[in-house]
Amino acid sequence: MLYANDLACVKGDRPLFRGLSVRVAPGELLRVAGPNGYGKTSLLRILCGLAMPESGEIRWNDVPINRDRESYHRSLLYLGHAPALNDLLSPLENLRFACSSGGDKIDEDACIDALVRIGLAQQLDLPARVLSQGQRRRVGLARLFLEADRKLWILDEPFTALDVAAVADLTATLSEHCAAGGMVVLTTHQDAPFAKPPTVLDLAEVAC
Amino acid sequence: MSRALGPFTAVLGRDLLLAWRGRADVLVTLAFFVVVVCLFPFGVGAEPNQLRAIAPGVLWVAALLSTLLSLHRLFAQDHADGTLEQLLLTPEPTVLWVVAKICAHWIATGLPLVVVAPGLALLFDVEQGALGVLILSLALGTPILALLGAVGAALTLGLRGGGMLLALLVLPLFVPVLIFGAGAVDAYLSGVGAQAHLLLLSGGLLATLALAPLACAAALRIAVE
Repeated sequence: MLYANDLACVKGDRPLFRGLSVRVAPGELLRVAGPNGYGKTSLLRILCGLAMPESGEIRWNDVPINRDRESYHRSLLYLGHAPALNDLLSPLENLRFACSSGGDKIDEDACIDALVRIGLAQQLDLPARVLSQGQRRRVGLARLFLEADRKLWILDEPFTALDVAAVADLTATLSEHCAAGGMVVLTTHQDAPFAKPPTVLDLAEVAC
Repeated sequence: MSRALGPFTAVLGRDLLLAWRGRADVLVTLAFFVVVVCLFPFGVGAEPNQLRAIAPGVLWVAALLSTLLSLHRLFAQDHADGTLEQLLLTPEPTVLWVVAKICAHWIATGLPLVVVAPGLALLFDVEQGALGVLILSLALGTPILALLGAVGAALTLGLRGGGMLLALLVLPLFVPVLIFGAGAVDAYLSGVGAQAHLLLLSGGLLATLALAPLACAAALRIAVE
């Protein structure tokens, strides 16, 4: 379970939010909502441990994440704004590197299957620089098919630049992950067709 | 153990592959080294005794400058495309893949300098026996430059005008390496023996290998935040 207590975030001189508590239980899908500039991405980065909150503490299974970073990051999959693709490598090489650098043993066939499933069968061996925005996005999202055993998924705007069919497939994957006891935290401006309506955290309500 | 080595080899293999695919960048660094060294005889004249005397210093200064030329590339691309964030979120220790990145960077940019340096030394009529000392001093010294430079590259990551700042930051730190590196060849030629210089370089390499990755990892965390 992910539990964050009394979080505060300050960007420059400007406080974004204060006294924010987040609780995500197994099977739960939390959607962080709010207008641009209200700290959605900042909150996700704080929850990942990439940024430090101004105050407050984040606990994973009742242990503060800075005390046991290793086991927290072993259960965490974060997909941020930047797709983490290198232009000189093919989607397959990028995906394989993303998995193996994270310490996961993923075989080549599973990577190919994931890329085919997400609709990149024709682009497996092309350098990533020739891919469109939506296709670049998909390479990152293909990790979701491979790393279901990472319990907590934190996704920053996963639906950006995706077509309707891809959004439907992605929401199905997210619902499946939650049904299997996983947790998902995501931000989105679109109304995605989730089977079970997600819990919504509106940052406009806690803004300073 | 093998689990900890997984990310290390993954990062090392990927960076070497990237260096190969972007080999024009690597060749530019090497060409810069060769051109700078070749400029000196034109500037100071072709008097063999004079050339012999300045050879170690010229080669070392040129190696230092060409190292500087490629340093800013070490983390910049990964920072821009988000790979750095993903690497910082891997469960394995940050130091592990930082060392892998520096290692790959040295193989792509430092090792070619060590390989071509003896050929260039012949242009300066350096005596055959000193070539071995030159190779050894560069082989021990250029990894120190890469390790120290990586700390600077991490500290200036994402800053405007970071390249210039990086040079100001790391060049003073390179001075001891220059002194003992160039000094090793001079010491051999003057008959004192290069052992003391090479041992000091080895010690410096071990010390930076132990400390620089830690500093680098801390600086990268700050840069991403």
